[in-house]
Amino acid sequence: MKKFNKVVSAVMAAAMVAGALAVPASAEDTFKIGGIGPMTGAAAAYGNAVMNAAQIAVDEINEAGGVNGAMLEFNAQDDEHDAEKSVNAYNTLKDWGMQMLLGTVTSAPCIAVEAEAVNDNMFLLTPSGSAVDCITAGDNAFRVCFSDPDQGTASAKYIGENGLATKVAAIYDSSDVYSSGIYATFKAEAANQPFEIVAEEAFTADSKTDFTVQLQKAKDAGAELVYLPFYYNEASLVLTQAAAMDFSPIWFGVDGMDGILSVEGFDTSLAEGVMLLTPFSADAEDDLTKNFVAKYQELYNEVPNQFAADAYDGVYIIKAALEQAGATPDMDASTLCDALKVAMTEITVDGLTGAGMTWDASGEPTKSPKAVVIENGAYKGL
Amino acid sequence: MSFLSYLINGISLGSVYAIIALGYTMVYGIAKMLNFAHGDVIMVGGYAALTMMLNLHTNAFVAVLVAIVVCTVLGITIEAVAYRPLRNAASPLAVLITAIGVSYFLQNVVLLIFGSNPKNFQSVVPIPDLKLAGGTLMITGETIVTIVSCIVIMTALTTFINKTKAGQAMLAVSEDKGAAQLMGINVNGTIALTFAIGSGLAAVAGVLLCSSYPSLSPYTGSMPGIKAFVAAVFGGIGSIPGAMIGGILLGIIEILGKAYISSQLADAIVFAVLIIVLLVKPTGLLGKQIQEKV
Amino acid sequence: MKMTKNFKNNLITYAIVIAAFIIVQILQSTGNLSSLFKGLLVPICVYVILAVSLNLVVGISGELSLGHAGFMCVGAFASAFFSKCTQQAIPADGLRFFLAILIGAAAAAVFGIVIGIPVLRLKGDYLAIVTLAFGEIIKNVINIFYIGKDSNGFHFSTKDQFSLGMEVDGTVILNGPQGITGVPKNSSFLVGVILILVTLFIVLNLIDSRDGRAIKAIRDNRIAAGSVGINITKYKLMAFTVSAALAGMAGALYSHNLATLQASKFNFNTSILALVFVVLGGIGNIRGSVIAAVVLTALPELLRGLADYRMLIYAIVLIAMMLFNWAPKALEWRERYLGRFFRKSAKEGK
Repeated sequence: MKKFNKVVSAVMAAAMVAGALAVPASAEDTFKIGGIGPMTGAAAAYGNAVMNAAQIAVDEINEAGGVNGAMLEFNAQDDEHDAEKSVNAYNTLKDWGMQMLLGTVTSAPCIAVEAEAVNDNMFLLTPSGSAVDCITAGDNAFRVCFSDPDQGTASAKYIGENGLATKVAAIYDSSDVYSSGIYATFKAEAANQPFEIVAEEAFTADSKTDFTVQLQKAKDAGAELVYLPFYYNEASLVLTQAAAMDFSPIWFGVDGMDGILSVEGFDTSLAEGVMLLTPFSADAEDDLTKNFVAKYQELYNEVPNQFAADAYDGVYIIKAALEQAGATPDMDASTLCDALKVAMTEITVDGLTGAGMTWDASGEPTKSPKAVVIENGAYKGL
Repeated sequence: MSFLSYLINGISLGSVYAIIALGYTMVYGIAKMLNFAHGDVIMVGGYAALTMMLNLHTNAFVAVLVAIVVCTVLGITIEAVAYRPLRNAASPLAVLITAIGVSYFLQNVVLLIFGSNPKNFQSVVPIPDLKLAGGTLMITGETIVTIVSCIVIMTALTTFINKTKAGQAMLAVSEDKGAAQLMGINVNGTIALTFAIGSGLAAVAGVLLCSSYPSLSPYTGSMPGIKAFVAAVFGGIGSIPGAMIGGILLGIIEILGKAYISSQLADAIVFAVLIIVLLVKPTGLLGKQIQEKV
Repeated sequence: MKMTKNFKNNLITYAIVIAAFIIVQILQSTGNLSSLFKGLLVPICVYVILAVSLNLVVGISGELSLGHAGFMCVGAFASAFFSKCTQQAIPADGLRFFLAILIGAAAAAVFGIVIGIPVLRLKGDYLAIVTLAFGEIIKNVINIFYIGKDSNGFHFSTKDQFSLGMEVDGTVILNGPQGITGVPKNSSFLVGVILILVTLFIVLNLIDSRDGRAIKAIRDNRIAAGSVGINITKYKLMAFTVSAALAGMAGALYSHNLATLQASKFNFNTSILALVFVVLGGIGNIRGSVIAAVVLTALPELLRGLADYRMLIYAIVLIAMMLFNWAPKALEWRERYLGRFFRKSAKEGK
């Protein structure tokens, strides 16, 4: 057995050395964009949406003649929603010759990758990493989506200012960075608003099938509105179980809720009246959204969600920044990053997730969240 | 009143754990192996039923039957390819690790075929919800069907094992494979039969799990699989009534812990109770006390 | 005679580690190392230590533990917490990291004793499930802790970061499920290799010592060992605690390698992964654990070229390696056809 292991390890070592010796591809005539996100594992739905949409955007741009006369190349790597694997994916992309990074998709891995990217002075644009720390390590990082505090505060303000309810219950995923991050700021802002949080109930990744207890408590506390800062997959279960127990408060979600109407087989009448703050709605009537949704459906047979929209915008933001900076593909990653950092604060992008998006040097986007309500199985702006 | 309602919710959740645990404990009791891929066989059963209903528009009954057939074939195949060659390996841990490999394999195959987006599962249960006490207490149709199925399966399994020749052969194999073989029992066939039954039960469990909690993704089976494993140990691994009692108790503890102690710590509470029970009764609630002979 | 053979065998194990280190250093200094491989060096060290430490429990002490990631979790959080708190107080990176590793190992050892006392009363699969339960409890409990620090000292809460009631100058160190961010990156391949050598030294010496023989005697026959006067509880607890401390050390190395640390990483899957290393490398075979940990950590990364099929192929390779390494038929076949090359392995194999 030992001998066998030795043989295996010798083979592996040889393979590794071969991999190690592979010289990184030198600058060619294409811009190399790397993408990192979970493509397997429990968070795979989010990562795949990002990678699919980014590929659509890259193909569109290339068909239209590329950026500054050069083509774009996109390479997606899986991180299984794990910080350690994410850094491995980042290093793989570096070996490939990545010049800028669209990623990572989820927050915790993004923080780890950003710490590496700062050292390399690699340009990083996260489509959907919403934790504050995703982009705080250096000035190389920017974000497409809203940050968690933005969403939490905006939700509390919206509920308070529009007088939606006086008694509010909240259910959140205490094991998840995104959900608990939003909820923490929601609660802080709620103290300044004319409503009261009557029940706050958590669930964890290990027990996210049964929500009857949380719903029962919210119901018993007399909540008129229930705040659901988490993803549509769990939200669809919450709505199903609430309907079964005749509990029908106002439901209020955040951008992770987007996608609930496209869960295959989900009875959309259950989502009737759900309000959510989202920068993107797949039912919007503008040409940009229609075109994107049609293409995505044709290629992947699914309605794109907000992750996909963020990624699609992300590629176009990179394009706009490259053009603004007058970048050429022969620039190395660090030079490009220096140029893009400046360009990012100068551009204004109209995308799927907002018109007139701008950035400051901190990397946070300026765009306004749209509140929508679900009526007759479709979003309607408020 | 809210306590009663929590209790009912606990029984609903527990009945799902129980029906998974029955398959688990069946395989463990006879083949003496922890089949970590059991949760993933459940998931495959869910997808099989979903595909029949959604894409081929069959009725629920046919869908469940197809799911059972698919899972039974899958179970026999897994046993023959991945587990049987290791039955006489130097350590019982070898087959445990292979089971984990099989679990990864099933998850990734389904991921490639069906994609990562979760699917919503239409309940196969035609019975309406039962409302008591003027509508304040409610027992869902799914819960009723799950509990009834649990009891039927439990009784059928117990009868099968105690009254039929094949069942007696299983008992003999679980006691001593070598001696059983000497008595003319086909050990390979008996173990294959055990896997066939266990996997068929997994299909039923998968359909009922997805009917109660209608979201299906390639990773749906893994957490309920672990919880059912815990339930099986809780009740005394290898004991069929123990699996059912363990499952239902586990569900009740989880829900009551969530309701009255802390919703963040619900899992920690479940595990803490498990530890206490095992320290008091080291072989679970209904487990056999094995006297060590010197 | 036997001692010398063991001694020689151990020397080979050390030599392999040192040789690997030297080869990597040469490759690195000549600029022939890819970024991926450079990034993998520390994680490989982490998993090697984890695998060797688990092998002490599973292989030498003969108990199945499914919650080893819990000890790694304790070590990771204790050491990261220490480093974050003392970043100003102890400016010297080396000294602070050294202390952090000691604290990580010590904290995990304390948990090892506390958990080991009740757990080791149980047997077989029941013991396994209780270790799993403790692992999950550790993960869940760390998830609800919020600890902050300001000019008035430490603040502590189990609700959320706003309940800490800190002054404006306060910083949140441990932020519930979001864990600890901004841990200084002190881990390096050199430190990792030193820790591997320390681990090997401790484990190999323990195995060959009087205590180690007592532990193995209990594994082979508990009743017989007890009847010749071996204190069963003491020796089982010794193996369990040493193993926990080493896993805590692996945790410290892990947490000082990444900028972010969440308890959710240390779940059942991580415990299982460690067990996979141990079983694939050979139960009780320390060198095998080292090799298996290296191979299985690098494998998914080397398979990246397969894109969507990566994890599927990984699963198939894992099953195939298990069958090839453990199935009696495969061993027989190897003995017959490859016997010439593996003459020695037949004698050494189990």
